[in-house]
Amino acid sequence: MFDDFFIRALVAGIGVALVTGPLGCFVIWRRLSYFGDTLAHSALLGVTLAFTMQFNIALSVFIISSLIALTLIQLQKRTNLPGDALLGLLAHSSLAVGLVVIGFLTFIRFDIMGLLFGDILAVTVNDLLIIWIGGAIILLILKLIWKPLFASTVNYELAEAEGLNPDRAKAIFTILMAAIIAISIKMVGLLLITGMLIIPAAMARNISTSPQKMVVFSIIGGLLSVILGLFSSLEFNTSSGPSIITAALLLFIISLFKIKQTIKLKN
Amino acid sequence: MSRDKMSVNQNILVKLKDAGFKINGKWLVQGVSLQVEKGKIVTLIGPNGSGKSTTAKIALGIYKKIEGAVEKFTNKVGYVPQKISIDWTLPLRVNDFMVLTENLRSETIDEALSLAGVIHLKDKNLGDLSGGEFQRVLLARAISKKPDLLVLDEPVQGVDFTGEIALYKLIKKISDELNCGILLISHDLHTVMSATDHVVCLNGHVCCSGSPTDVVKNVEYKALFGDQASQVLSRYEHKHDHVHTDEGKIKKN
Repeated sequence: MFDDFFIRALVAGIGVALVTGPLGCFVIWRRLSYFGDTLAHSALLGVTLAFTMQFNIALSVFIISSLIALTLIQLQKRTNLPGDALLGLLAHSSLAVGLVVIGFLTFIRFDIMGLLFGDILAVTVNDLLIIWIGGAIILLILKLIWKPLFASTVNYELAEAEGLNPDRAKAIFTILMAAIIAISIKMVGLLLITGMLIIPAAMARNISTSPQKMVVFSIIGGLLSVILGLFSSLEFNTSSGPSIITAALLLFIISLFKIKQTIKLKN
Repeated sequence: MSRDKMSVNQNILVKLKDAGFKINGKWLVQGVSLQVEKGKIVTLIGPNGSGKSTTAKIALGIYKKIEGAVEKFTNKVGYVPQKISIDWTLPLRVNDFMVLTENLRSETIDEALSLAGVIHLKDKNLGDLSGGEFQRVLLARAISKKPDLLVLDEPVQGVDFTGEIALYKLIKKISDELNCGILLISHDLHTVMSATDHVVCLNGHVCCSGSPTDVVKNVEYKALFGDQASQVLSRYEHKHDHVHTDEGKIKKN
């Protein structure tokens, strides 16, 4: 039967998918995929700092990613550079600095591949607690800010005019993005976290007629991707992150056929 | 007019005092003072670029870095913006759109959609609506939450002629039934003049304001809209004390 580590990975992956489902929908609706990438790349710096200072990885990644998000907001206010250039600047420089720092940490045996692409062997019981408790908090906060966040996603001025405080919701959502990256980094790896956010949600968009349905399908898609991905990771001895994302891609491709069918039915 | 006395009036919903807003050093509108009271319809008129929508956004609190002061005495606001761009990455039906800013009971939603004549579109995707249909849905959404203050920025644009009259009647009816205050932006002078309590004529600043009868007599108003427009009610000559520069500012004689 399954080894213990596999059950742990499965439980961790399910926890991650439950949270990336709804957050991923907002990433698509608000066009934040590249922003998610930037936060994820900066996570490497967080991980190295955690190792240097003997600090909790998730907490360290959360702090660094939040700082990068705040830096981005400040840079947007103070420079005339376009948003995507600033995102690229922060993403690649924080990734580069992280890799340079790793170079100095010769005293620690580092599994870079595991860091970049996820490693199911690395998931501990402690990580499970972080994922499930952290994930529950993220979902709770998302539920609380759902109304203003969703309303301002549809139309900022309507939300503002009718007293929903969209700026506060947006700021909180940014922090939630940093948090999901922090808790899912061990499972999916920092290069592929944005894929976990976007691909199941994109698949859900193809088959949904309402925002609620899209969230539900996105969660289901994420769960299926994790389960399929982890089993094949065990079977073919591949990294967990790429296996999960490949499974998500397969689901996305299937959802495209579903679209074609409905279009045909309409005609 | 004794504005100081009115400021203690309990019926005031929103009040602008010498309000203005500039973007990149250019004033969009300046020195606007007006107030909307319960059960009253205040209409903003003026040519394109005269700052009508800007004034509405100042009143709504969308623009924050403003000159002057704005006081809002209610949080129950319904807003129909002039332009609305909705991203179609969102799968959104009319029904989802109705509960965007407030959760409503199903009967309340149906009632508002029926009033605006679009109940049959309830389960349609927002992206599949025509311009006029969407405009009706916007209006239905704004009235469904039974707001204290309704801000309607060109609420009947794109609506067919008969629908336009019906919707204006509906707006008047809502104002009477809910006893809410309405800030209406319109360039349809005929409608404006018949249903409004107070007209504010804008051209980068307040040109003239008052009851519809007062405003049509004003020479400023005539200068802006031409002689024909003043015949909406009556004709009256009046000596004017200032002329406009191209930017809509006052040029002293």
